[in-house]
Amino acid sequence: MNLTAIRAMYVSEMARFFRTFMQSFLSPVISTSLYFVVFGAAIGSRIDEVEGVSYGSFIVPGLIMLSVMTQGISNASFGIYFPKFTGTIYELLSAPINFLEVVIGFAGAAATKALFIGTVILGTSALFVEMQIQRPLVMVLFLVLTCVSFALFGFIIGIWAKNFEQLQLIPLLVITPLVFLGGSFYSINMLPPIWQTITMFNPVVYLISGFRWSFFGVADVPILTSLLAIGLFQGLCLLAVWWIFKTGWRIRK
Amino acid sequence: MTNILSLESVEKTYDSGFTALHGVDLTLKEGEILALLGPNGAGKTTLISCICGTVMPTGGKITVGGYDALTDFRKARSLVGLVPQEIHLEPFSRVWDTVRYTRGLFGKKRDNAHIERILKELSLWDKRDSRVVELSGGMKRRVLIAKALSHEPRILFLDEPTAGVDVDLRKEMWEVVAKLKASGVSIVLTTHYIEEAEAMADRIGVINGGRLALIEEKDALMSRLGRKSLKIELETPVSEIPEALRSYNLEFADDGYSLVYEYEAGASRTGITRLLSDLRDAGLCMNDLSTRQSSLEEIFVSLVQSQEEARS
Ligand SMILES: Nc1ncnc2c1ncn2[C@@H]1O[C@H](COP(=O)(O)OP(=O)(O)OP(=O)(O)O)[C@@H](O)[C@H]1O
Ligand SMILES: [Mg+2]
Repeated sequence: MNLTAIRAMYVSEMARFFRTFMQSFLSPVISTSLYFVVFGAAIGSRIDEVEGVSYGSFIVPGLIMLSVMTQGISNASFGIYFPKFTGTIYELLSAPINFLEVVIGFAGAAATKALFIGTVILGTSALFVEMQIQRPLVMVLFLVLTCVSFALFGFIIGIWAKNFEQLQLIPLLVITPLVFLGGSFYSINMLPPIWQTITMFNPVVYLISGFRWSFFGVADVPILTSLLAIGLFQGLCLLAVWWIFKTGWRIRK
Repeated sequence: MTNILSLESVEKTYDSGFTALHGVDLTLKEGEILALLGPNGAGKTTLISCICGTVMPTGGKITVGGYDALTDFRKARSLVGLVPQEIHLEPFSRVWDTVRYTRGLFGKKRDNAHIERILKELSLWDKRDSRVVELSGGMKRRVLIAKALSHEPRILFLDEPTAGVDVDLRKEMWEVVAKLKASGVSIVLTTHYIEEAEAMADRIGVINGGRLALIEEKDALMSRLGRKSLKIELETPVSEIPEALRSYNLEFADDGYSLVYEYEAGASRTGITRLLSDLRDAGLCMNDLSTRQSSLEEIFVSLVQSQEEARS
C-alpha cells in the first residue's frame, strides 16, 4: 500500500471541498431549513405524528439520508470524472499506485464530505425540532456505511461516465426517485397496500428505515434486514470496483 | 553502463483495432538522451504512454531500471517522470500544490526544499502561488515539467516539450535538459523540431508507421547520411559547364555565378582536391568557397519519403 499516495489524493480532494467551505457548509443548512419550513410547518401541521413521533422529527433521518446519498454520489463521481475530463488522470495512471489506492483516496474523501454534510444537517435539525437518538452507535454505523457505499457507487459512475450528461443521468433518473419514494418523508404504512408491496423493491427503503430505527426505535422493516441491505449494496459496489481494477475498464486505453 | 530502459517487441493495438506500434525494440543507457522523431501519428506518444503506464501495451516486454513495467510496476514507475504532450493540469489548483501533489502520488516524503529548487530552476518560483488558469501556455508546460521532476525520476519522458514555446523559452528548456543530463537523468524526448534533436540528443530514433525506422548515435547518423555541398563562387558567370568538369555533376546556382558540388561527408575520397585543380585547368577563376552540411531535417525527410515510396 502506498499510504503517502493515498494521503495525497485524499488531501487534494478535501482541499477542493475546503476551498468552497462556506458553500459546502451553508447549502445543507439552508436546504434543511427549507425542508423544515415546507414539510415540517406546512405539512406537519396536518400530520401530527407518525408512529408516535412528531412529523418534524420523523423526517430528520430521511433528510439526512437523502443528502448523504446524493452528496456521496455526486462528490465521488465528480471527483474521479474531473481528472478524466481535464486529462490529469495521466498522473494517476503513471504513478506507482494501484486502482484500489485511487478508490480509497477519492471515494474516502467523498465519503468524508458526505459525512460532514450529514452531521451539519443533524445539527441544523436540532435547532428546529426536538432530537432524540436512541441508539447512537447504530446511527453512526448506518451513516458511515451509507456514506461509504454511495461514495463507492458514485466513483463507479464517474469511471463509467463519458460526458457530463452521463454523470448526472443515474443520480437523476435512478437515485433521486428511489430516495424520494423510499420513505424519506412518510412511513411506508401510510401507503395503500399495493404501493407498500411495490415499495419493498426499493432498496433505499431499507436504509432509511434502519437509520430511522436508530433514532426512534420504529421501523418499516426489521433492522437486520436493513443492515443486510446496506451490507449487500456495499458488497456489490466493492465487487464492481474489484472488477474495474482487474479489467482496467474505461481507465487505461 | 547499464540500461535504464529496455523494450522488446512492444506492440499496441487500440480498441478501435488500429495497430499503432508493430513490435518496437529499444534500449536506453543510463544518462543518455534519446530524441524520437517521426511524422504526426507515427506512434511516438503511444510508445511513451506504454512505458509510463497510461496505455496498456498489447504485446512485448518493457523494463525500467531492470523492473518489469507490468509485474513490478511500483518500482518501475517510481523511476519514471512523464511530461505529456497535451497540457493536462487542473485549472484551479496552485502551482506549488499541484507539484507537491505529484510528489505525494509517487509515494515520496515531503521535501519542500526540493520543490523549491525545481520551481526556481524552471523560473516558476514567482508563480508558486498562482492558479494554473492564470499562467501562460509556456508556463503551464514548465509546471508539467516541474511535476514530472518532483519525485526525482531516473528517467524523464518529454513528449514534445517545446511545442508552442517561444524561441527564448525553447533555449531555456534545452538548458534545463542539459542540466538534468548532467545530474545523471536519462531522457527520452519527442519533437518535430529537428534542430532540437540535433542540439540535445545523444542518439536519434525515427518512428514511422508504428515501427522504429532507425536508431543511431547522432554523430554517426549525421556523418553517415549527411551530405555536404561545396559552393564555388566564380569571378565571371558561366553558361555551360566545361567538358572536363562533366563527371562531377555540378549544378548551377546564382545565375551561373556559382557552381555546387555535392559529396558524402563521411566518404574517404571526397573528390574536392581533384575538382579544384580541374577547375583551375579549365580556366575558371574562383572568388570564394563555402561548404554546407545537410541538416538532420533533410535526412529525416528523405528517410521517411523513401520508406513511403518503398511501401507503395
Ligand atoms: N485512443 C486511441 N484509439 C485509437 N487510435 C489511437 C488512439 N490514440 C492514438 N491512436 C492512433 O495511433 C496512432 C499513433 O498515435 P500517436 O499519438 O502515438 O502519434 P504521435 O507519433 O505521437 O503523433 P504526433 O506527432 O501527432 O503527436 C495514430 O494513428 C492515432 O490515430
Ligand atoms: Mg504525440
